Parts: sequence; structure tokens; C-alpha cells
Amino acid sequence: MEWTVIIYKTILLFIILFVTLIVAMYSTYGERKVAAFMQDRRGPNRAGPFGLLQPLADGLKMFMKEEIIPLTANKRLFILGPSIAMTTALLTGVVIPWGGTLTIGGNEYSLQIADLSIGILYIFAMVSIGVYGIMIGGWASNNKYALLGAIRAASQMISYELAMGMSIIALVLTTGSLSLHDIVAQQHGMHWNIFYQPLGFLIFLICAFAETNRSPFDLPECETELIGGYHTEYSSMKLGFYLFAEYINMFISSAVIATLYFGGYNMPFIDQIGLSPNAVTLLGTAFFFMKIFGMIFLFMWIRWTLPRFRYDQLMNLGWKGLIPLAIFNILATGTYYFFTDLK
Amino acid sequence: MKSLTNRSKVVSDKKMTFMEWIYIPAIIKGMSITLKHFFGKKATINYPEQKREFSKVYRGQHVLKRDDLGRERCTACGLCAVACPAEAITMVAAERKPGEENLYREEKYAAIYEINMIRCIFCGDCEEACPKEAIFLTDRIVASEYERAPFIYGKDTLVEPVDPDKRIDISARQTEKVLKFKMDERFAHNK
Repeated sequence: MEWTVIIYKTILLFIILFVTLIVAMYSTYGERKVAAFMQDRRGPNRAGPFGLLQPLADGLKMFMKEEIIPLTANKRLFILGPSIAMTTALLTGVVIPWGGTLTIGGNEYSLQIADLSIGILYIFAMVSIGVYGIMIGGWASNNKYALLGAIRAASQMISYELAMGMSIIALVLTTGSLSLHDIVAQQHGMHWNIFYQPLGFLIFLICAFAETNRSPFDLPECETELIGGYHTEYSSMKLGFYLFAEYINMFISSAVIATLYFGGYNMPFIDQIGLSPNAVTLLGTAFFFMKIFGMIFLFMWIRWTLPRFRYDQLMNLGWKGLIPLAIFNILATGTYYFFTDLK
Repeated sequence: MKSLTNRSKVVSDKKMTFMEWIYIPAIIKGMSITLKHFFGKKATINYPEQKREFSKVYRGQHVLKRDDLGRERCTACGLCAVACPAEAITMVAAERKPGEENLYREEKYAAIYEINMIRCIFCGDCEEACPKEAIFLTDRIVASEYERAPFIYGKDTLVEPVDPDKRIDISARQTEKVLKFKMDERFAHNK
């Protein structure tokens, strides 16, 4: 590999890391604002104009808090838990195509860090490791509530990963590729996958809510019954890492949904305007982020609308509802392509 | 049984229809409700900048009134302290010296007059008990503090300023009924 490519990729990596952190930071602010607006309140508006400095103040508060590690906790695992949660959350952004290609001085630069041929599988692998962060944290706390939260997280994620994977199989049947770059390229010009896979999208969306531990599937951390669940014993920035990882996961999930089902950085009617290729790329990236923010808003909207599931309802929905539905979806898609290919 | 409101619904455990069972119409309905509130008018008031209008007879921080010539009305009779159910009021009486006639209205005055704002329940009994129309509750809010000691308000904060422009207006509390009551000749000494 050439040096310029390595330097370019490193710069891109840092930009994306920075953007991810900023978006996650302001998601906490957005969450509070959305919650407040839906409850006829105003939300944070004291720190800076419109309360825009609130995330900074919250972060500072998290850093200044006393760091408590319970005496009976397994110290090494206790620290490992939030580290894994944060690391895996940040690793997923690598394979997402954030935009098309920029042409600078005759060289083409892709706005995707790594175009893995198995991009979707990579995301699945990372999300699966993310469960360990919660499980290890909950186990190491040596607290019954934390352990209950961890058990719930583990069983919930395993159940919903199945349905999620199956909804993706149907998608792969239509796209014929596991590479996120190819999937986005195929959706050029309003051939968005949501029109071909509406049922798959619905299943994927529900599973994404469960995978990110967002309401109505926030059983691992429900405040009312488990006093915070797996992070009951956590304090200071370790707690901050867990909460922050949740928002990063939400951002990445939104990005994945936008990539797989909403055409990624593709903008409708972009070819008809007649802009230079670089401008098209940048506009596409901006449009991609708009889709992501729309999805994040949907996440928050659902959270402040629906009450939490009961545990047996959650399992019922996962195993008896979504998995048969996903299998049916695969079957229907497969049958359709079987007969259309015969012609 | 007759219901108190017409909003009550009869609940039954009948089998759900298919549309109810898939929940999605209900979820969309719920989301439309939250979205309506998202753009709706907010109930919150930005407190220090905007203030809600208080009732005319709101019972907030007390004021010790002066008369038209700027003399303190309070004669330290102690009726407010006796009336106080929370025992928040204490005072030390003193005799007026010659030459202090422009400061105190009567021969006796309160050298120390303290209200403990943590004890006070803002019932307004002191105002009721006062025969000299010296103490009134106002629409001001007692400020929050970090320590307990500053909540014991002395004469420096309770007595209103001499300057006629800075006087605390309590005319809103003097409703027509009150004013008529004060016309009685038994209160002539207060004029």
C-alpha cells in the first residue's frame, strides 16, 4: 500500500472517530430535548444558547465524579466491561460507506475506511462482541441487579440477533453481495432496498432497537425494576462509557439501517442537477447524515412513546413473532428470485 | 354504576383482533400523539426571565411597613409572635429616646425583629394579628441559600426602605372589603 493511502486512511479514521463522538455526545442532548418536547417541557436550555453546551457539562460532571469500585467486585473484569462496550461500539463505523469518492489531484479517495467483502458480517461480529461488555460488567459487579440485567441483555441480544441475521439474509438475496459498498451502489437512483424488502426492514428495525438496548426493549437497564441493571454499580466515567456506548450504537445502527435500506449516500435526482463529482459526493454524505439523524429521531420518538416490554413478551415477540416472520420473508424472497431467474 | 366522567372505558379480556394483535396501528397512533405534543405549546415557564403572575393575595416574604412619614409602624407588641403557629418570629422591644420621633411611630419599637424563614409556613396569621398594620406578606419569594443561618431575616431585610419610590406596594392586598373594614372608628389610631 502506498504511503499516501495510509496517511489518507488514518486521517479519515480520526475524522470519523471524532464525528462519531460528537454525534453521540449531541444525541444525549437531542434525547433530552426530544423527551422534553414530547412531554410538553423545554429540556436543557441553561448551559449556552439553547443549552447547547449541556453535553460538555455532563461530560465534565462524569469525569469529576468519584470513582467507586465495589470491594467484592472482580476489579479487572469490572474495568474491562465498559472498555469492551466502548471499543466495539467505535469499531463498527469502519466498514460503513460514509460517502462516494473524492477526486483530489487525479487520485480517487473513497470515503469508506475499509471496503470489506463481508462488511455486514463484520458488523454482526462486532455487535455480538458488544454483548460481552454488558455481560462482563454485570457479572463483575457482584450485585444481583447487575447480574439480572446482564442475563437479560445476553438472552435478549442472542434472541434478536437471530431474527436480525435472517432479515439480512433476505436482503443479501436481493443484493447478491455482502459488501456494504456494493449494496449502496446498487441502490443508486431510488432503488432503495426498503421498497424491495419492507418486511425485512421492519424486522431489522425492531431487532435494531433490541440490539441497542433502546426502549421498548431496554430491559437490561430498566430503572424501575433493576435500578439501572448491568451498570448499577458503575460510577464516574465508566458509567459514562456505558451510556455513551449506547448512543454510539444508536448512531451506528442508524447508519447501518440508512446504508442497507435507505440507499446510503444516494440522493434522488442528484444526476439530473449536473454538479461536479466532488460536490455530488459531499452532498451525498450530507444527505446520508440527514437520513441517520432521521433514524436517530425515530429511535428517540419510539422511546418516548412506547412503554417497556415485559420479559416474557419480549421473548415471545422474538422467538414466536419475528423469527417465523423472518423465515417467511427469506422463503418469499427466495421463491421470487428462483422463478424470476428461471425465465 | 354511573361514572363520574364520560371518559371511562369498559375493559374486557376478549380475544384481540388481527389488527390489534400486530400492534402496529396502535403504535402509529401513539407516535402521532407524541408528535403532536412535540410541536405543541410548552407548559414550562423560563422562570427567572419570565414570571408567572401571582395571586393578588399571594403569601410570600414579609415586609415591615413604614408610615407616610417614614417611621416604623411596629411597636413590638409581640402579637405576631404569639399568633405565629410555627414560632418563627422573635423580637426584642426597646423604648424610643427623645429625638428618635422621626424613626419610630410609637414610644416603643422593635430593636431586634427576626423571622426564621425556614420555620415560617407563610400562613399570614402575623398579618392578621398585627394591630398596627406593620407586617404584611408580599408576592416576593424567599431566596434560596446554601446555609441555614441566612434564612433568619432581621430588620435589615424585613423593614422597607424609607425612600418613597422603593416602598413595597401592598395595596393589592387591601381589597375593598378590607378597606371598608378599616374604616371602622376602632382603627382610627392607625391613620
